[in-house]
Amino acid sequence: MDLEEKDFYQLEKNIVKITEEIEILQESEDPERKEKISSLKEEIKQEWNKIAPQLTPLHIVQIARHPKRPYTLDYIENLIDDFMEVHGDRRYGDDPAIVAGFGFYHGQTAAIIGHQKGRTTRERIARNFGQSNPEGYRKALRVMKLAEKFNFPIITLIDTPGAYPGIEAEERGQAEAIAYNLKEISRLNVPMVVVVIGEGGSGGALGIGFGDAILMLENSFYSVISPEGCAAILWKDQKAVRQSAENLKFLAKDLLGFGIIDKIIPEPPGGAHVDYLQTFKNVDKYLYPTLKQSMEKTPEERKKQRYEKIRKIGIIDER
Amino acid sequence: MSNLWTRCNNCRRILYKQDIFENKNVCPECNFHFRLSAPERLEMLYDEGRYEVFDENIYPLDPLHFVDSKKYDDRLKENIKKTSLVEACINAVGKIDGIEVIIVAMDFRFMGGSMGSVVGEKVTRALEKALQERKPIIIISCTGGARMQEGVLSLMQMAKTSAAIGKLQDAGIPYISVLTDPTTGGVTASYAMLGDINIAEPNALIGFAGPRVIEQTIKEKLPKGFQRSEFLLKHGLLDDVVERKNLRSYLIRALRLFLNRFS
Ligand SMILES: [Zn+2]
Repeated sequence: MDLEEKDFYQLEKNIVKITEEIEILQESEDPERKEKISSLKEEIKQEWNKIAPQLTPLHIVQIARHPKRPYTLDYIENLIDDFMEVHGDRRYGDDPAIVAGFGFYHGQTAAIIGHQKGRTTRERIARNFGQSNPEGYRKALRVMKLAEKFNFPIITLIDTPGAYPGIEAEERGQAEAIAYNLKEISRLNVPMVVVVIGEGGSGGALGIGFGDAILMLENSFYSVISPEGCAAILWKDQKAVRQSAENLKFLAKDLLGFGIIDKIIPEPPGGAHVDYLQTFKNVDKYLYPTLKQSMEKTPEERKKQRYEKIRKIGIIDER
Repeated sequence: MSNLWTRCNNCRRILYKQDIFENKNVCPECNFHFRLSAPERLEMLYDEGRYEVFDENIYPLDPLHFVDSKKYDDRLKENIKKTSLVEACINAVGKIDGIEVIIVAMDFRFMGGSMGSVVGEKVTRALEKALQERKPIIIISCTGGARMQEGVLSLMQMAKTSAAIGKLQDAGIPYISVLTDPTTGGVTASYAMLGDINIAEPNALIGFAGPRVIEQTIKEKLPKGFQRSEFLLKHGLLDDVVERKNLRSYLIRALRLFLNRFS
């Protein structure tokens, strides 16, 4: 079996081992632990340099969906002070698959909205695996409108396999909820910056997933359909998932090339899950100036530029 | 069976083709609404069937170099040849009961009516033309959703078209969305659900997720009539279900009301 055919969990085995050693050292009283940790980190880097160039799009999908990957609430805990979560869409219910609230980002009140997956089996079920129902999109919009009332910037974090395909979701207007958000987001007066932290699953991601700027973590993806869904429909074969992943061109570098996203945020060696603190630092380093740039514009300028930005996306042959 | 006769997909009765044709492609026996092509749709709605098309110079490309069992590029060529269309929608302008109206009619024959960069661009241009010329606009959807072969570029057309609708809102230009069988996926989750009024033909499949995907996810059989027009009407997602034979008169009434034109 060559490297390409192995799944990412096999590829990262050595890195996982080294990471475990680092964790043990961090807890220990070893007087030389600092030196030892930094040399182990160097080992991770070298190991990663061997793996990284050969990663396929499907490997990146596995990193984006890694069970240890930092989720929305992890980012909030690290980057936001005094976060106050709010609940409910005031129409039907509260959707745990989307977290929304207010907090201080670099001392400025901001609205923070993001898809939330669960870590344990119980949490995963409670969060519906990060797949929102219409209430989630409606809650998100309610919080965006509140941000607009107080002239606060909006940060959204994208990490969902997609909007939930269920009977009740359809009954309560899943499509309408997403469509309405798209229209309203384009008209918001306040700055809005999107960070794709994991899975950017189709309309379910887009419903809170465009704005003044879109940033993408290096090992995330943003796609019209999951590689599995596409394999089932176009190839009628689940084994074609690798081909489908290669064809869909959903990686950060592809989106940058299409002019859809603004910046790629680098991840630490091994992926975001290997070093949370470094990941948060990197996100902050890109997010803060991007948000600031948007905040410096007048509402009219910002709205105009947001429209122009989305307006020019698409590749056509005009004869 | 000679080609003068056909069988209705719904009631299975053998019918004289001319009878269906004269009944606007609706089964005279069971009222089943057969799918219409975009040109048939436009001809049926405009006064004396007369209209002008615009944006016919925009052709699709294959920016992802997408290959499944066939190259996307080849699929496009085949579809253009098979349908004599350049893409999955036609932009038109003409008069309905004397009122100048822009209509975008989607055509399911072209790649399942899917929305890629060209459909997104044409819908946006039609909306922008409506804004500039202050003409009401009607979009008739008939689509399986966003086009997979153009990947995330198709996905972003949802935001692009919805943003253009936002501009009509500020300018007070009427937009009527007509959903026909089928209207699913990324088109439903963007412009099709954003009309000032949303109406549908009877028994049209309308939804976000496809019924098979839902069935596989919940591992249950779906209730009868699920995701059909009447189901959406009941759940408050449509303003009305309108039979094809009444569609033109319904649109005339709606346009006159929204334009405040009594006589
Ligand atoms: Zn019939």
